[in-house]
Amino acid sequence: MSIKNDLTNGIARENPIFRLVLGTCPTLATSLSVSNGIGMGLAATVVLVGSNAIISALRNVIPDKVRIPAYIVVIAAFVTIVDKLMAAFVPSLHSVLGIFIPLIVVNCIILARAESFASKNPVINSMADGLGMGMGFTLSLVLMSTIREILGTGKLLVAKDFGFAGFKLFNEAFAAKIMISPPGGFITFGLLMALINYISQRREARANGR
Amino acid sequence: MVGNLAFVLLSAILVNNFLLSRFLGICPFLGISKQVETAFGMGMAVTFVMAMASAITYLVQMLLVQLHLEYLQTLTFILVIAALVQLVEVVLKKVSPGLYKALGVYLPLITTNCAVLGVTLINMTENYDFITSVVNGIGGALGFTLIIVTFAAIRERQATNKVYKSFEGFPLALVTAGLLSLAFMGFNGFNLKALLGL
Repeated sequence: MSIKNDLTNGIARENPIFRLVLGTCPTLATSLSVSNGIGMGLAATVVLVGSNAIISALRNVIPDKVRIPAYIVVIAAFVTIVDKLMAAFVPSLHSVLGIFIPLIVVNCIILARAESFASKNPVINSMADGLGMGMGFTLSLVLMSTIREILGTGKLLVAKDFGFAGFKLFNEAFAAKIMISPPGGFITFGLLMALINYISQRREARANGR
Repeated sequence: MVGNLAFVLLSAILVNNFLLSRFLGICPFLGISKQVETAFGMGMAVTFVMAMASAITYLVQMLLVQLHLEYLQTLTFILVIAALVQLVEVVLKKVSPGLYKALGVYLPLITTNCAVLGVTLINMTENYDFITSVVNGIGGALGFTLIIVTFAAIRERQATNKVYKSFEGFPLALVTAGLLSLAFMGFNGFNLKALLGL
Protein backbone atom coordinates (compact mmCIF):
# COMPACT_ATOMS: atom_id res chain seq x y z
CA MET A 1 0.00 0.00 0.00
CA SER A 2 1.23 3.48 -0.79
CA ILE A 3 1.79 6.17 1.84
CA LYS A 4 -1.11 8.22 0.50
CA ASN A 5 -3.35 5.21 0.87
CA ASP A 6 -2.25 4.73 4.50
CA LEU A 7 -3.00 8.38 5.15
CA THR A 8 -6.54 8.42 3.76
CA ASN A 9 -7.46 5.01 5.20
CA GLY A 10 -8.19 6.36 8.66
CA ILE A 11 -10.20 9.35 7.52
CA ALA A 12 -13.03 7.55 5.77
CA ARG A 13 -12.74 3.84 4.98
CA GLU A 14 -11.61 2.79 8.44
CA ASN A 15 -12.74 5.80 10.43
CA PRO A 16 -11.84 4.88 14.02
CA ILE A 17 -15.04 6.28 15.56
CA PHE A 18 -17.84 5.43 13.18
CA ARG A 19 -16.37 2.36 11.44
CA LEU A 20 -14.10 0.61 13.93
CA VAL A 21 -16.00 1.94 17.01
CA LEU A 22 -12.79 2.52 18.99
CA GLY A 23 -12.17 5.30 21.49
CA THR A 24 -15.81 5.87 22.33
CA CYS A 25 -15.19 7.26 25.84
CA PRO A 26 -13.32 10.43 24.80
CA THR A 27 -15.73 10.87 21.88
CA LEU A 28 -18.72 11.05 24.18
CA ALA A 29 -17.03 13.00 26.95
CA THR A 30 -15.19 15.69 25.01
CA SER A 31 -17.66 16.52 22.24
CA LEU A 32 -19.41 19.23 24.27
CA SER A 33 -17.95 22.06 22.21
CA VAL A 34 -16.02 22.25 18.94
CA SER A 35 -12.91 23.66 20.59
CA ASN A 36 -12.82 20.78 23.11
CA GLY A 37 -13.28 18.31 20.27
CA ILE A 38 -10.44 19.80 18.23
CA GLY A 39 -8.19 19.95 21.31
CA MET A 40 -8.81 16.32 22.18
CA GLY A 41 -8.48 15.24 18.54
CA LEU A 42 -5.14 17.01 18.05
CA ALA A 43 -3.76 15.72 21.36
CA ALA A 44 -4.60 12.15 20.36
CA THR A 45 -3.16 12.74 16.85
CA VAL A 46 0.20 13.86 18.26
CA VAL A 47 0.33 10.79 20.50
CA LEU A 48 -0.70 8.51 17.61
CA VAL A 49 1.95 9.81 15.19
CA GLY A 50 4.69 9.78 17.84
CA SER A 51 3.95 6.36 19.29
CA ASN A 52 3.43 4.81 15.84
CA ALA A 53 6.82 6.16 14.73
CA ILE A 54 8.72 4.89 17.79
CA ILE A 55 6.98 1.52 17.90
CA SER A 56 7.56 1.01 14.20
CA ALA A 57 11.26 1.92 14.57
CA LEU A 58 11.61 -0.55 17.45
CA ARG A 59 9.48 -3.28 15.89
CA ASN A 60 12.44 -5.64 15.36
CA VAL A 61 13.93 -4.96 18.82
CA ILE A 62 10.90 -5.46 21.10
CA PRO A 63 10.49 -9.16 22.02
CA ASP A 64 7.10 -10.52 21.04
CA LYS A 65 6.15 -11.63 24.56
CA VAL A 66 6.47 -8.23 26.22
CA ARG A 67 5.24 -6.16 23.29
CA ILE A 68 2.01 -4.89 24.87
CA PRO A 69 3.68 -3.48 28.05
CA ALA A 70 6.41 -1.99 25.86
CA TYR A 71 3.82 -0.28 23.63
CA ILE A 72 2.00 1.05 26.69
CA VAL A 73 5.20 2.58 28.07
CA VAL A 74 5.92 4.33 24.74
CA ILE A 75 2.33 5.62 24.54
CA ALA A 76 2.33 6.76 28.18
CA ALA A 77 5.54 8.72 27.61
CA PHE A 78 3.99 10.63 24.69
CA VAL A 79 0.78 11.22 26.64
CA THR A 80 2.78 12.71 29.51
CA ILE A 81 4.57 15.07 27.09
CA VAL A 82 1.27 16.21 25.55
CA ASP A 83 -0.33 16.56 28.99
CA LYS A 84 2.43 18.83 30.29
CA LEU A 85 2.55 20.91 27.07
CA MET A 86 -1.21 21.49 27.19
CA ALA A 87 -1.09 22.43 30.87
CA ALA A 88 1.49 25.07 30.00
CA PHE A 89 0.06 26.55 26.80
CA VAL A 90 -3.73 26.00 26.85
CA PRO A 91 -4.52 25.81 30.60
CA SER A 92 -8.30 26.28 30.43
CA LEU A 93 -8.72 23.64 27.69
CA HIS A 94 -6.47 21.38 29.78
CA SER A 95 -8.68 21.78 32.83
CA VAL A 96 -11.89 21.21 30.83
CA LEU A 97 -10.57 17.99 29.27
CA GLY A 98 -9.28 17.00 32.74
CA ILE A 99 -8.59 13.31 33.22
CA PHE A 100 -9.35 12.58 29.58
CA ILE A 101 -5.85 13.72 28.61
CA PRO A 102 -4.00 11.12 30.73
CA LEU A 103 -6.70 8.66 29.66
CA ILE A 104 -5.40 8.86 26.06
CA VAL A 105 -3.07 6.08 27.30
CA VAL A 106 -5.97 3.63 27.35
CA ASN A 107 -7.61 4.98 24.19
CA CYS A 108 -8.09 1.78 22.20
CA ILE A 109 -7.35 3.52 18.86
CA ILE A 110 -3.72 4.06 19.78
CA LEU A 111 -2.96 0.58 21.07
CA ALA A 112 -4.95 -0.95 18.20
CA ARG A 113 -2.88 0.93 15.58
CA ALA A 114 0.37 0.03 17.35
CA GLU A 115 -0.58 -3.62 17.38
CA SER A 116 -2.19 -3.94 13.96
CA PHE A 117 -0.18 -1.44 11.89
CA ALA A 118 2.98 0.05 13.40
CA SER A 119 4.35 -3.32 14.53
CA LYS A 120 4.38 -4.55 10.91
CA ASN A 121 5.14 -1.53 8.73
CA PRO A 122 8.04 0.90 8.08
CA VAL A 123 8.34 4.16 10.01
CA ILE A 124 7.08 6.54 7.29
CA ASN A 125 3.98 4.45 6.56
CA SER A 126 3.24 4.12 10.27
CA MET A 127 3.45 7.87 10.75
CA ALA A 128 1.10 8.39 7.79
CA ASP A 129 -1.30 5.85 9.29
CA GLY A 130 -1.14 7.61 12.66
CA LEU A 131 -1.80 10.98 11.07
CA GLY A 132 -4.73 9.62 9.04
CA MET A 133 -6.30 7.87 12.04
CA GLY A 134 -5.79 11.00 14.15
CA MET A 135 -7.44 13.16 11.49
CA GLY A 136 -10.34 10.71 11.21
CA PHE A 137 -10.76 10.88 14.99
CA THR A 138 -10.56 14.69 14.99
CA LEU A 139 -13.07 15.06 12.15
CA SER A 140 -15.55 12.72 13.85
CA LEU A 141 -15.20 14.72 17.06
CA VAL A 142 -15.76 17.97 15.17
CA LEU A 143 -18.89 16.54 13.54
CA MET A 144 -20.32 15.35 16.87
CA SER A 145 -19.39 18.49 18.78
CA THR A 146 -20.75 20.85 16.11
CA ILE A 147 -24.19 19.25 16.44
CA ARG A 148 -24.07 19.16 20.24
CA GLU A 149 -22.70 22.66 20.71
CA ILE A 150 -25.20 24.34 18.37
CA LEU A 151 -28.27 22.50 19.69
CA GLY A 152 -27.15 22.59 23.31
CA THR A 153 -25.94 26.18 23.70
CA GLY A 154 -27.08 28.12 20.63
CA LYS A 155 -23.48 29.14 19.99
CA LEU A 156 -20.60 27.83 17.91
CA LEU A 157 -16.82 27.86 18.35
CA VAL A 158 -16.53 29.14 21.90
CA ALA A 159 -12.78 29.01 22.68
CA LYS A 160 -11.76 30.40 26.05
CA ASP A 161 -8.01 29.97 25.61
CA PHE A 162 -7.98 32.21 22.57
CA GLY A 163 -10.40 34.76 24.03
CA PHE A 164 -13.06 33.94 21.47
CA ALA A 165 -16.68 34.20 22.61
CA GLY A 166 -18.08 32.26 19.64
CA PHE A 167 -20.83 32.96 17.12
CA LYS A 168 -24.28 33.35 18.59
CA LEU A 169 -26.73 31.50 16.38
CA PHE A 170 -29.93 31.73 18.41
CA ASN A 171 -31.13 32.71 21.86
CA GLU A 172 -29.82 30.46 24.62
CA ALA A 173 -33.34 30.16 26.02
CA PHE A 174 -34.22 27.96 23.03
CA ALA A 175 -31.20 25.72 23.44
CA ALA A 176 -31.76 22.09 24.45
CA LYS A 177 -29.50 21.60 27.49
CA ILE A 178 -29.94 17.85 27.14
CA MET A 179 -27.61 17.89 24.13
CA ILE A 180 -24.61 18.94 26.22
CA SER A 181 -25.46 16.53 29.03
CA PRO A 182 -24.50 12.81 28.94
CA PRO A 183 -27.75 11.43 27.41
CA GLY A 184 -27.41 13.86 24.49
CA GLY A 185 -23.94 12.47 23.83
CA PHE A 186 -25.14 8.87 23.62
CA ILE A 187 -28.16 9.73 21.48
CA THR A 188 -26.28 12.00 19.05
CA PHE A 189 -23.60 9.33 18.63
CA GLY A 190 -26.19 6.60 18.03
CA LEU A 191 -28.20 8.62 15.51
CA LEU A 192 -25.07 9.74 13.62
CA MET A 193 -23.85 6.17 13.37
CA ALA A 194 -27.25 5.04 12.13
CA LEU A 195 -27.18 7.81 9.50
CA ILE A 196 -23.75 6.77 8.30
CA ASN A 197 -24.86 3.12 8.14
CA TYR A 198 -27.95 4.19 6.17
CA ILE A 199 -25.90 6.14 3.63
CA SER A 200 -23.38 3.35 3.11
CA GLN A 201 -26.11 0.71 2.85
CA ARG A 202 -27.94 2.80 0.23
CA ARG A 203 -24.71 3.21 -1.69
CA GLU A 204 -24.02 -0.52 -1.55
CA ALA A 205 -27.56 -1.38 -2.68
CA ARG A 206 -27.24 1.01 -5.60
CA ALA A 207 -23.87 -0.45 -6.60
CA ASN A 208 -25.32 -3.97 -6.51
CA GLY A 209 -28.44 -2.90 -8.41
CA ARG A 210 -26.55 -1.83 -11.51
CA MET B 1 -16.51 9.54 58.83
CA VAL B 2 -18.86 6.66 58.03
CA GLY B 3 -21.39 9.14 56.66
CA ASN B 4 -18.77 10.66 54.38
CA LEU B 5 -17.75 7.25 53.09
CA ALA B 6 -21.40 6.35 52.46
CA PHE B 7 -21.74 9.63 50.56
CA VAL B 8 -18.72 8.86 48.34
CA LEU B 9 -19.96 5.31 47.78
CA LEU B 10 -23.54 6.24 46.88
CA SER B 11 -22.60 9.17 44.68
CA ALA B 12 -20.10 6.99 42.78
CA ILE B 13 -22.82 4.38 42.20
CA LEU B 14 -25.82 6.56 41.41
CA VAL B 15 -25.10 10.25 40.83
CA ASN B 16 -21.70 10.25 39.14
CA ASN B 17 -22.09 6.84 37.58
CA PHE B 18 -18.89 5.98 35.71
CA LEU B 19 -20.63 4.75 32.58
CA LEU B 20 -23.58 7.08 32.30
CA SER B 21 -22.30 10.40 33.54
CA ARG B 22 -18.50 10.26 33.46
CA PHE B 23 -18.21 8.25 30.21
CA LEU B 24 -15.57 5.87 31.55
CA GLY B 25 -15.47 2.25 30.43
CA ILE B 26 -17.76 2.57 27.41
CA CYS B 27 -15.81 0.03 25.31
CA PRO B 28 -16.51 -3.02 27.53
CA PHE B 29 -19.98 -1.57 28.18
CA LEU B 30 -20.86 -1.84 24.49
CA GLY B 31 -18.76 -4.94 23.82
CA ILE B 32 -19.67 -7.25 26.70
CA SER B 33 -23.30 -6.46 27.36
CA LYS B 34 -25.11 -8.97 25.22
CA GLN B 35 -25.68 -11.48 28.03
CA VAL B 36 -26.48 -10.84 31.68
CA GLU B 37 -24.20 -13.64 32.91
CA THR B 38 -20.98 -12.48 31.24
CA ALA B 39 -21.80 -8.87 32.06
CA PHE B 40 -22.00 -9.80 35.74
CA GLY B 41 -18.70 -11.72 35.65
CA MET B 42 -17.03 -8.77 33.99
CA GLY B 43 -18.47 -6.43 36.60
CA MET B 44 -17.10 -8.51 39.45
CA ALA B 45 -13.61 -8.75 37.94
CA VAL B 46 -13.59 -4.98 37.36
CA THR B 47 -14.72 -4.38 40.95
CA PHE B 48 -11.77 -6.35 42.32
CA VAL B 49 -9.23 -4.65 40.04
CA MET B 50 -10.62 -1.15 40.69
CA ALA B 51 -10.54 -1.56 44.48
CA MET B 52 -6.99 -2.96 44.39
CA ALA B 53 -5.81 -0.34 41.89
CA SER B 54 -7.22 2.48 44.05
CA ALA B 55 -5.30 1.17 47.07
CA ILE B 56 -1.98 0.50 45.32
CA THR B 57 -1.87 3.68 43.25
CA TYR B 58 -2.48 5.68 46.42
CA LEU B 59 0.70 4.24 47.89
CA VAL B 60 2.57 4.66 44.59
CA GLN B 61 1.54 8.31 44.44
CA MET B 62 2.92 8.84 47.96
CA LEU B 63 6.23 7.37 46.80
CA LEU B 64 6.26 9.56 43.66
CA VAL B 65 5.62 12.69 45.70
CA GLN B 66 8.46 11.75 48.05
CA LEU B 67 10.84 11.37 45.12
CA HIS B 68 9.50 14.46 43.26
CA LEU B 69 8.59 12.34 40.25
CA GLU B 70 4.93 13.40 39.91
CA TYR B 71 5.24 13.66 36.14
CA LEU B 72 5.59 9.86 35.99
CA GLN B 73 2.05 9.47 37.38
CA THR B 74 0.33 8.32 34.17
CA LEU B 75 3.12 5.93 33.26
CA THR B 76 3.43 4.25 36.66
CA PHE B 77 -0.33 4.01 37.18
CA ILE B 78 -0.92 2.18 33.92
CA LEU B 79 1.95 -0.20 34.66
CA VAL B 80 0.56 -0.87 38.15
CA ILE B 81 -2.84 -1.66 36.64
CA ALA B 82 -1.34 -3.92 33.96
CA ALA B 83 0.67 -5.80 36.59
CA LEU B 84 -2.39 -6.06 38.84
CA VAL B 85 -4.54 -7.53 36.09
CA GLN B 86 -1.79 -10.03 35.33
CA LEU B 87 -1.63 -10.94 39.03
CA VAL B 88 -5.40 -11.40 39.26
CA GLU B 89 -5.17 -13.67 36.23
CA VAL B 90 -2.44 -15.85 37.74
CA VAL B 91 -4.09 -16.08 41.17
CA LEU B 92 -7.54 -16.77 39.77
CA LYS B 93 -6.17 -19.51 37.51
CA LYS B 94 -4.70 -21.26 40.56
CA VAL B 95 -7.43 -20.61 43.14
CA SER B 96 -10.63 -20.69 41.10
CA PRO B 97 -10.18 -22.24 37.65
CA GLY B 98 -13.95 -22.18 37.10
CA LEU B 99 -14.29 -18.41 37.41
CA TYR B 100 -11.07 -17.95 35.43
CA LYS B 101 -12.53 -19.94 32.55
CA ALA B 102 -15.84 -18.07 32.72
CA LEU B 103 -14.14 -14.68 32.42
CA GLY B 104 -11.84 -15.87 29.65
CA VAL B 105 -10.60 -13.17 27.32
CA TYR B 106 -12.30 -10.35 29.26
CA LEU B 107 -9.79 -10.59 32.07
CA PRO B 108 -6.69 -9.22 30.26
CA LEU B 109 -8.89 -6.58 28.60
CA ILE B 110 -9.50 -4.91 31.97
CA THR B 111 -6.11 -3.19 31.59
CA THR B 112 -7.47 -0.99 28.82
CA ASN B 113 -10.77 -0.32 30.60
CA CYS B 114 -10.54 3.43 31.11
CA ALA B 115 -12.72 3.23 34.23
CA VAL B 116 -9.80 1.63 36.09
CA LEU B 117 -7.19 4.24 35.20
CA GLY B 118 -9.95 6.84 35.47
CA VAL B 119 -10.82 6.05 39.07
CA THR B 120 -7.18 6.24 40.16
CA LEU B 121 -6.80 9.64 38.51
CA ILE B 122 -10.07 10.90 40.00
CA ASN B 123 -8.86 9.82 43.47
CA MET B 124 -5.75 11.94 42.95
CA THR B 125 -7.51 15.03 41.59
CA GLU B 126 -10.14 14.90 44.37
CA ASN B 127 -7.41 14.47 47.00
CA TYR B 128 -9.13 11.51 48.65
CA ASP B 129 -7.39 9.79 51.55
CA PHE B 130 -6.57 6.07 51.49
CA ILE B 131 -9.90 4.68 52.75
CA THR B 132 -11.98 7.11 50.66
CA SER B 133 -9.98 6.18 47.55
CA VAL B 134 -10.70 2.49 48.04
CA VAL B 135 -14.39 3.18 48.75
CA ASN B 136 -14.59 5.35 45.64
CA GLY B 137 -13.00 2.53 43.62
CA ILE B 138 -15.51 -0.01 44.94
CA GLY B 139 -18.45 2.38 44.45
CA GLY B 140 -17.43 3.22 40.91
CA ALA B 141 -17.08 -0.45 40.06
CA LEU B 142 -20.41 -1.39 41.64
CA GLY B 143 -22.06 1.38 39.63
CA PHE B 144 -20.38 -0.03 36.53
CA THR B 145 -21.68 -3.52 37.35
CA LEU B 146 -25.20 -2.25 38.04
CA ILE B 147 -25.44 -0.49 34.68
CA ILE B 148 -23.75 -3.16 32.57
CA VAL B 149 -26.07 -5.85 34.00
CA THR B 150 -29.19 -3.69 33.54
CA PHE B 151 -28.13 -2.84 30.02
CA ALA B 152 -27.43 -6.50 29.20
CA ALA B 153 -30.93 -7.41 30.36
CA ILE B 154 -32.39 -4.72 28.05
CA ARG B 155 -30.28 -5.90 25.14
CA GLU B 156 -31.34 -9.53 25.67
CA ARG B 157 -34.91 -8.36 25.12
CA GLN B 158 -33.98 -6.24 22.11
CA ALA B 159 -32.17 -9.12 20.41
CA THR B 160 -35.44 -10.80 19.48
CA ASN B 161 -37.07 -7.64 18.14
CA LYS B 162 -37.07 -6.52 14.56
CA VAL B 163 -35.00 -3.37 14.11
CA TYR B 164 -34.62 -0.95 11.24
CA LYS B 165 -31.51 -2.11 9.36
CA SER B 166 -29.29 0.94 9.80
CA PHE B 167 -29.93 0.88 13.57
CA GLU B 168 -28.75 -2.71 14.04
CA GLY B 169 -25.95 -3.22 16.55
CA PHE B 170 -24.12 -0.19 17.95
CA PRO B 171 -26.53 2.64 16.98
CA LEU B 172 -29.46 1.01 18.79
CA ALA B 173 -27.24 0.20 21.79
CA LEU B 174 -26.09 3.82 21.98
CA VAL B 175 -29.59 5.28 21.81
CA THR B 176 -30.73 2.79 24.48
CA ALA B 177 -27.78 3.83 26.65
CA GLY B 178 -28.84 7.45 26.14
CA LEU B 179 -32.32 6.72 27.47
CA LEU B 180 -30.86 4.80 30.42
CA SER B 181 -28.57 7.75 31.12
CA LEU B 182 -31.57 10.08 30.97
CA ALA B 183 -33.27 7.96 33.65
CA PHE B 184 -30.15 8.10 35.84
CA MET B 185 -29.97 11.87 35.49
CA GLY B 186 -32.88 11.87 37.91
CA PHE B 187 -30.41 11.10 40.70
CA ASN B 188 -28.83 14.52 40.16
CA GLY B 189 -31.73 16.09 42.00
CA PHE B 190 -31.33 13.65 44.86
CA ASN B 191 -30.00 15.31 48.01
CA LEU B 192 -27.66 12.59 49.25
CA LYS B 193 -26.10 14.81 51.90
CA ALA B 194 -29.45 15.51 53.55
CA LEU B 195 -30.39 11.84 53.33
CA LEU B 196 -27.23 10.78 55.14
CA GLY B 197 -27.55 13.60 57.65
CA LEU B 198 -24.27 15.34 56.74
